[in-house]
Amino acid sequence: MSSIRVIDSKCTGCSLCVKACPFGAIEIKDRLAVIDLTKCNICGACKDACKFEAIEVVKKVGIPKKDLSSYKGVWVFAEQRDSVVSTVVFELLAKAQVLAKDLRTYVGAVLLGHNIKEQAQKLILRGADKVFLVDEPGLKNYIAENYTSAISHIINKYKPEIFLAGATSCGRSLVSRIAVSIYAGLTADCTGLDIDPVKDILIQTRPAFGGNIMARIISPNFRPQMATVRHKVMPEAQPDRSRKGEVIEEKIDSLSEDKRVKFVDFIKEVTSTVNIAEADIIVSGGRGMQAPENFKLLEELAQALGGAVGSSRAAVDAGWYPYSHQVGQTGRTVCPKMYIACGISGQIQHLVGMQSSKVIVAINKDPDAPIFKVANYGIVADVFDVVPLLIRKLKESK
Amino acid sequence: MNIVVCIKQVPDSTEVRIDPETNTLIREGVASIINPFDMYAIEEAIRLKERFGGKTTVITMGPPQADDALREALSMGIDEAVHLSDRAFAGSDTWATSLILSRAVKKIAQFDLLVCGKQASDGDTAQVGPGIAAHLNLPQATYVRRIDTVHLDTSPKIMVVERLVEEGYEILELQLPALITVVKEINEPRLPSLRGKMKARKEQIPVWTHKDLNLEEDKIGLNGSPTQVVKIFTPPAKQGGKILQGEPKDIVEELYKEIKDFL
Repeated sequence: MSSIRVIDSKCTGCSLCVKACPFGAIEIKDRLAVIDLTKCNICGACKDACKFEAIEVVKKVGIPKKDLSSYKGVWVFAEQRDSVVSTVVFELLAKAQVLAKDLRTYVGAVLLGHNIKEQAQKLILRGADKVFLVDEPGLKNYIAENYTSAISHIINKYKPEIFLAGATSCGRSLVSRIAVSIYAGLTADCTGLDIDPVKDILIQTRPAFGGNIMARIISPNFRPQMATVRHKVMPEAQPDRSRKGEVIEEKIDSLSEDKRVKFVDFIKEVTSTVNIAEADIIVSGGRGMQAPENFKLLEELAQALGGAVGSSRAAVDAGWYPYSHQVGQTGRTVCPKMYIACGISGQIQHLVGMQSSKVIVAINKDPDAPIFKVANYGIVADVFDVVPLLIRKLKESK
Repeated sequence: MNIVVCIKQVPDSTEVRIDPETNTLIREGVASIINPFDMYAIEEAIRLKERFGGKTTVITMGPPQADDALREALSMGIDEAVHLSDRAFAGSDTWATSLILSRAVKKIAQFDLLVCGKQASDGDTAQVGPGIAAHLNLPQATYVRRIDTVHLDTSPKIMVVERLVEEGYEILELQLPALITVVKEINEPRLPSLRGKMKARKEQIPVWTHKDLNLEEDKIGLNGSPTQVVKIFTPPAKQGGKILQGEPKDIVEELYKEIKDFL
């Protein structure tokens, strides 16, 4: 078993480790650090923080169970709906090209669906050297069980060293299942991916506690190293007409459709023209919008900006806007290029869902509203004074 | 209909504060709560039991103090609780955690439905639910926002659910036993009743260790976890931004100048 202990003779009771512990597991008692082992997760953050080498961590980690050197290639999962590849895949391809270059290997893309062969070419133009294609009627719609068995089969056959998917409702559920099936490590919702230049392993960076802390995670002894990647954090790979690649069509004899799950239908939500996960710009409203009809104003602003409308929990709970638009801890985490918060005070549960947006504009009457702490541009004013003028300005400037 | 709910105890995010000097999380004195998404899972299990009868069981893996979370679930109306607590579980990643939970579910034996919240508010991975389904080879539906119909008189039993996705929702038909993870939209959790609280206080909750679950030590804890956390750090604090003031007209002009490159 892994273990951790404080070397009392070296500990000065300085409490640096107490501050470093993300689990609140360390206390200073009689000028010595004491670790509550029931709370400790043996992450080693305290050891890194200690200036006196007073903490000893013995990590007993899994040893390689397979020959890792036979695993080559950086793969992405080419998520699609209705035979159109999602834009998050192009973001993955851009990242995969960088990682593959560092590892001196190729970029692969796994494409599953029905009548989707022409999408393979698109993936090649955007950076895939090899496309692994499975074209079967049973794979037309995403069903976790069927996709898991097909992808696990291809992974076991071709042995990629890295496997990336979008951190979407499809990607997160699917890859979790694959990782368990093939006993591989998986890190959720990464915002940073790099190669350790010495060990040639993937270093995955992800936010936890809603972005209040960041964790760096590795999976050195298992392959492939799997990660889902937050949408909109990384730039898209642009198509390059001169690129050439290979399409490998896989026929999977053993692909038995799981009869226990049936895809009945997909209902596209009609309340919004743009979904907030895909939007580059989000205009979001909170309690300060005062009434449901005032969201029309935000829809108008979103339209002028080519963006989507989001909402705080307060506005959703009041029935002013549908839940599918809710941003925050109990809603969605979004990462647009610009987030405009209108009449949102900025409770921590809201902030965790949007604070990684690239530019944040906040409009609120209350100068002490916490939203101003994360805003790049804070406007202390009435939403109803500013927004109509902004809409007019945007329309004039077009 | 027998239902098992998997829950996690997490720090109450409304109380998590950042130390402005060290820019780190202040965890001291922060209360622990049931992960908000798991509250919807508990509520849905109780509602299904009220409609169809059967038994509800709640499981958590966590330190001794996670006992509080189990008792809160009991006080809302869950019938039984099991606590998985063992030093050997420490450091488990989502792979190992879902293995441990799945073994406990297996030990409970007869069940028709497993319910989890869509993700925990501290780790935010959303990986443990589907992980349990994979370990148990169960069909899954994640991000469920509504259970449309339940047919218990058919063979096999069937449930039709709506699964929230980015552009709308999918309708899936699942054969039971199955696993679902639920989102906030599915219901509004009830408050514990006084009678429930009294019953919860008296309940004997069994504590299972890896030995009770027949788990080899090389499959759990850090040892069984394919991923390792190598560093935890606080992101650089966001610098306070620019405050725009004055007449709304001037503000809009200034804002437009600042943001036009992003449009």
